[in-house]
Amino acid sequence: MSRSIAIGATLTLVFLGLAALSFIYTPYDIQSFDIPNKLHRPDAANWLGTDHFGRDILSMIMLGARTSIAVAVLAVGIGICIGVPLGLLAAARRGSLLDELIMRGNDLVFAFPSLVIAILITAIFGPSAINAIIAIGIFNIPVFARLSRGAALPIWERDFILAARVAGKSSLRISIEHILPNITNLMIVQGTIQFSLGILAEAALSYIGLGAQPPTASWGRMLADAQTLTSIAPHTALIPGMAIVLMVLGLNLLGDGLRDWLDPRIRIART
Amino acid sequence: MIRYIASRLLSLTLSLIAASIVIFAVIEVIPGDPAAFMLGVNARPDTLLALRDQMGLNDPLPLRYFTWVTGMLTGDFGISWTYKTPVAELINDRIWVSLPLAIYALVLSTIIAFPAGIIAASRRGGMGDVSIMGATQLGVAIPNFWFAMILVLIFAIKLRWFSAGGFPGWETPLLAIKSLTLPAIALALPQAAILARVMRSSLLDNLGEDYIRTARAKGLTRRQALWRHAVRNALIPVLTIIGLQFSFLLAGGIIIEQIFFLPGLGRLIFQSISARDLIVVESVVMLLVFVVIVVNFAVDLAYAVVDPRLRSRA
Repeated sequence: MSRSIAIGATLTLVFLGLAALSFIYTPYDIQSFDIPNKLHRPDAANWLGTDHFGRDILSMIMLGARTSIAVAVLAVGIGICIGVPLGLLAAARRGSLLDELIMRGNDLVFAFPSLVIAILITAIFGPSAINAIIAIGIFNIPVFARLSRGAALPIWERDFILAARVAGKSSLRISIEHILPNITNLMIVQGTIQFSLGILAEAALSYIGLGAQPPTASWGRMLADAQTLTSIAPHTALIPGMAIVLMVLGLNLLGDGLRDWLDPRIRIART
Repeated sequence: MIRYIASRLLSLTLSLIAASIVIFAVIEVIPGDPAAFMLGVNARPDTLLALRDQMGLNDPLPLRYFTWVTGMLTGDFGISWTYKTPVAELINDRIWVSLPLAIYALVLSTIIAFPAGIIAASRRGGMGDVSIMGATQLGVAIPNFWFAMILVLIFAIKLRWFSAGGFPGWETPLLAIKSLTLPAIALALPQAAILARVMRSSLLDNLGEDYIRTARAKGLTRRQALWRHAVRNALIPVLTIIGLQFSFLLAGGIIIEQIFFLPGLGRLIFQSISARDLIVVESVVMLLVFVVIVVNFAVDLAYAVVDPRLRSRA
């Protein structure tokens, strides 16, 4: 296994672990303010310091990790659950009007500026984590649809598919039983990459106040709160930013490493 | 070639029609009556009705869509409900901030990415490649709004080389460019990282091709083969990414414009959404989608010019 999988998996597991731990334990309660202790630099009592309300930044990072991961995972889930079936359907009916409609629909979604539409969606339905998930998820659909169609098309030409057709299996059964297992690796790799993009998108939306709402902690909101404090308490901006960077970096390294590891051509070339 | 252009033009037109219908439909489902929003809670019903009439809100939907689209085709984007000025004027004012910012960021990203990608590919597996690829991994992972905050902290607050925000206007071009510098760097960094990675992998693909071996066999040095043949061919996929990045930068500056208080299109959309100024929102979103679709079209054509195989396939 490559170094990039090892580093990526470690970083990802650290944040997943912090998010999981936050369900049962955080060093401090972030719901209560402790104004006399505001803007403390990192020390023995508060390992990552405190924010402008005197809240423990480590506890907020742990709870923020939970929000980021939940939003990104669900947004990727929307992309996979709707995009992959659409892509498989388009591949099964390749060349038909349905295929054309699905693919042109995808192109259309790609033509929309994603951030602007995400802002629009959250503005229409009100800012919340759920609406952020929907806004980010919509743009994951064409990614998975296009990728799964592209990956499924060459598989449809293979002999074992012909054998399955001769055996009387319908397109639906072939798609589920033969095509899907063959493209799963690719979807896992893309899922990891979309996951990291989801973390960035969630941070951006909550930074402009359209993501998870207080009292739910989120890294983007922590950055927005820190914006006017950067000169007097730089740690309030540096720490949440570093958390986003490390989490995204970890997922990207994991995705890249998995792609190389799961791709037999690259693996054979290496051996 | 003509058949290829015709088929791409048809697809361009259909995409624009579909996009306009989607945008119009999305804006229509926004809850809240803009007329009621403008007049406040104490508005009299007859005043409200009169304003709705004036804004065209009482017309049937298809008529309103038709008026909007035909208006846009003639350059009439309607009148902003909050600013009370033509939307076209608002866009014209703002585009002279957003467009130069996008171009500035694109130039910076290309200047950084090309040498980085070429060095990484030509020294594959070496220290230069590993460090450049490490840097691009980091570049892709950094949120541009956080990077913008760090730039402000260092260059505006600590070193005082740049202002932390605002735009002085183009009457003083040097000051205007200076005020766009930090935002452009913030926007360019993640794009440069992506572009450098594409450049590297495209170049590596080309360096493994037979024509490079032939060029080397004819006596060209590695460097000559790289510059005379591989780089030129590697530019094809890079061109697509640059096209996509331009439209992304034009629309993607929305948060960066907020951070640096730049009066651009992004800030206009943001303010119009909060003020329920839907006519501005739908026109600006349509304009951005138009740019994306037209840029994609131009990239497709550029592709066909540099790669004759695509022309014959159409």
